[in-house]
Amino acid sequence: MIVHKTFRRAIQSAAAAAFLATTMLSGLAHAGPTLDKINQRGAIKVGVGTTPGFFAPSSDGKWQGFFVDFGRALSIAVFNTPDKVEFTSSSPQQRLPALQSGEFDILLSGVTVTATRAFKLGFHFGPTVFYDGQGILVRKDLGVTKAADLDGATIGAQSGTTGELNVADFFRKTGKTFTPVTIEDTGQFIDALESGRVDAITQDSSDLVGKRTQLKKPDDYVLLPERLSKEPLAPAIAGGDDRWLELVNWTVNATIQAEEWGITSANVDEFLESEDPAIQRFLGVDPSFAKDLGLDPKWAYNIIKTVGNYGEIYDRNLKPLGWDRGYNSLWTDGGLLYSPPFR
Amino acid sequence: MTTASPRLLTTLRTGLFGTRGNTLITVTTLLLLSQILPPLFRWVVLDATFTGDATACTRDGACWAFVTAKLRFILFAFYPSELLWRPTLVILLLAAILTASALPRFWGRPLLIAWPLTILACWLLMQGAFTAAPVPSNQWGGLPVTLFVWAVCFAAATPIAVLLALARRSTLGGLRTFSVLYIELMRGTPMVGILYVAMLILPMALPDALSLDKMLRAIIMITLFWAAYIAEVIRAGLQAIPSGQREAATALGLGYWRIQQLVILPQAFRIVIPGMVNLAIGFLLATSLLAVIGIFDLLNAARASAADPQWLGFYNEAYLVVAVVYFVICFSASRYSRWLEKRLASGGKRP
Repeated sequence: MIVHKTFRRAIQSAAAAAFLATTMLSGLAHAGPTLDKINQRGAIKVGVGTTPGFFAPSSDGKWQGFFVDFGRALSIAVFNTPDKVEFTSSSPQQRLPALQSGEFDILLSGVTVTATRAFKLGFHFGPTVFYDGQGILVRKDLGVTKAADLDGATIGAQSGTTGELNVADFFRKTGKTFTPVTIEDTGQFIDALESGRVDAITQDSSDLVGKRTQLKKPDDYVLLPERLSKEPLAPAIAGGDDRWLELVNWTVNATIQAEEWGITSANVDEFLESEDPAIQRFLGVDPSFAKDLGLDPKWAYNIIKTVGNYGEIYDRNLKPLGWDRGYNSLWTDGGLLYSPPFR
Repeated sequence: MTTASPRLLTTLRTGLFGTRGNTLITVTTLLLLSQILPPLFRWVVLDATFTGDATACTRDGACWAFVTAKLRFILFAFYPSELLWRPTLVILLLAAILTASALPRFWGRPLLIAWPLTILACWLLMQGAFTAAPVPSNQWGGLPVTLFVWAVCFAAATPIAVLLALARRSTLGGLRTFSVLYIELMRGTPMVGILYVAMLILPMALPDALSLDKMLRAIIMITLFWAAYIAEVIRAGLQAIPSGQREAATALGLGYWRIQQLVILPQAFRIVIPGMVNLAIGFLLATSLLAVIGIFDLLNAARASAADPQWLGFYNEAYLVVAVVYFVICFSASRYSRWLEKRLASGGKRP
């Protein structure tokens, strides 16, 4: 997700100062590998955000959402139970410093993988769990089905974000014209679209999908298929604990691999009878494989049984908001999700 | 009654239409209200949805069904549903101690002892200490957190502020310089910056064995921050006491601390109470900044409640609920301040 610079400049500069201090002091901070701390504490500390479908509290005060389910899967991988995980909300400005200071063991808050974050800030990223990107939401009566056809449209973008630049770059490429309208507050996007002040709005598609459901007549608007930017969202952890990183990697991979094999929470028990040695290894029917890795033989089984495979997690949290799978389909369906083999 | 209503009419007539200026203001206000009130009434009542789920709610009117469904989350956030009696009791305890502190008849030593005990009780209650179901502080939220942070930080900051104010007026150069530096440093820093220090710098500055809870770190830093502001208000009170008072007390053979305790501070506090209440109102609203370090205070909980995919985007309703809570607290505080001012003013004149 794009870090919205408009949130509050003052907060950002304060965060920047704190971040600088954090980076300087971080040499003192890392007492030991993250996994040791997790085991000692008996819980994983996960930083999340608040975006509908990805992470949001339910009415009875429980975290739910796409990323939250991956947090529960991790809890199963480490502790064999889905609830030894503490979710804490953090703002985009403070989540990376908080990860570095050890406040979180992992960020499942929709952090975009970038070279700067990997090289300069020293964060490690797990597999991309969601391919996001800047999208355009338009009124249907414009009769436009792809972004390249947009000509002379008035487009609302959040001021001070990369979204504003991306849309200008895009139109420079297509050679068409558009009228930019900058919108300060993210809540005003809906009003601007409904009042007809703009023909289209542009933001990360994860935001747009949530916005579309808030419109009075959601069916009068359509999210165009193009993405103007690449925002691969992945779990982020601090450097210095390779085993923790591998646990994160293979927990995500397990959900993707299970979907590829068609193993769901409903039918996982039937797969225990499978003759396929790869599935036998995966589900712990042959326990020697997981034992070699130092994992509980039933770890993948428990994840699929409790949380479900990637497709189930996606359908449970994002489908009700109107998300189709798009790039987030399996490679066998023309998407980008691909798990390395479990052997 | 017969005499009261003509008098009321006269007051209204002179108050609203007494002069040409007043008439103009009255007419303009009525015009504005006539534009604002009907659509507001339509939104709040006529077009509103009172029961059902999100699909029953039109976006034309208020969705009070959302408030019914989400009130539990807005008030208590992530606190486990089966243990809600604990934060409820915390709210009642805090309300009781705040009310007691507001009434002059309770001012005295018992109240001073009751405060730390209440704070401790609230903390243990929220935590569920000594019970089978402890609740970590990252699950605390909503109204009890807002009230708790506000009350605790203000209560803890006041004694520190008294010392700072005395130090600032002290004749000991080192002490005075320290106090001035401290106050100016804190007042020159935004509260958000202080919260980031609590969140990010403090855990690294402290040794691993001394790792403090995030809520506790925030409370400590906010206390230190507010102390600087309160100190300046108290200093104003100290300055208002004529030096003759101190000299007379010295002549009676009282020492420095006895003079402050018996003569200066009781009078100074009486002067600064309106200023303190004013600060307290500002601080209550400032607690919403806790959101930047991921603590679910009342406002943050309301915001998060509208991100539930089943109840998406009912921000107006959520914010309205919070506004009402804040207004009730702040308005009663300011009325209280006026009442106390009057009472103390008449009390001062008594022989």
